Amino acid sequence: MLELNAATIAFFIFSIFLVGGALGVVTSSNLIHGALYLIISLFGGAGFFVLLSAPFMAAVQVLVYIGAIAVLIIFAVMLTRSMTRMTEVYNRQWWLSALAGALLLLMLVVGVILPVWGNGGARPNMPISDIVATTEALGVAFVSGDQYVLPFEVASLLLTGVMIGAIVLARDTES
Amino acid sequence: MVPLWMYLIVAAIVFCIGVYGVLSRRNAVAILMSVELMLSSVNINLIAFWRYTAPENMAGQVFAAFVFVIAAAEAAVGLAIIISIYRNRRSVIVEDVNLLRG
Repeated sequence: MLELNAATIAFFIFSIFLVGGALGVVTSSNLIHGALYLIISLFGGAGFFVLLSAPFMAAVQVLVYIGAIAVLIIFAVMLTRSMTRMTEVYNRQWWLSALAGALLLLMLVVGVILPVWGNGGARPNMPISDIVATTEALGVAFVSGDQYVLPFEVASLLLTGVMIGAIVLARDTES
Repeated sequence: MVPLWMYLIVAAIVFCIGVYGVLSRRNAVAILMSVELMLSSVNINLIAFWRYTAPENMAGQVFAAFVFVIAAAEAAVGLAIIISIYRNRRSVIVEDVNLLRG
């Protein structure tokens, strides 16, 4: 069974952040509150990355998700001011959506706990290696010629295209 | 250490909450926020599998980093489209955007 140490307690605290924040995002009728709940949820994700010994990913989660995407969403909420507080939050088929979500969750939980797709995910006493690749190795993997340099460059190109495209789409054409 | 399946269960719960939000919310910005939730839970899955099965190999973290890039791109273009629609139609409710309906 689980031993109760600092990592386990941190895991449960971050799980509460993640799930509670996610529930807040889908239930809050005021979108500013929804965006703040989103930040809480993403912060829980960053905590998970620290627990999984991926500190660079945790930093990127805080910088990119919380620092850029959440702020962008708050800007969009404020630019669409009249839509921030709506009385009808859900559409007419919300119960169908809830059913779909619950069925998907049931399927995923069964798939994780029972060894349906081989026992890779559910092996109880799988040995965990203590040798973890460092952030330096990640940086080398991104730029070394025989690893991921081509996807890295394509991602930069995509980001440039997205930046130009977002400016073109959001620009006011009349003025 | 906490076993792998607990990370997967938490990520699955967040993903399904995100699915529910995408399918049921009326405001397009709220739908985009739910999509961000789903992407972030997928990232947790990727990093958890990386840590528990191949931590000396870089592929898992690289994959998660590309998911970050795609999430940023999706948020930027999505919000630009939403603001453009709001400017033209004074609404971000997805049911009001029905120009392509026959």
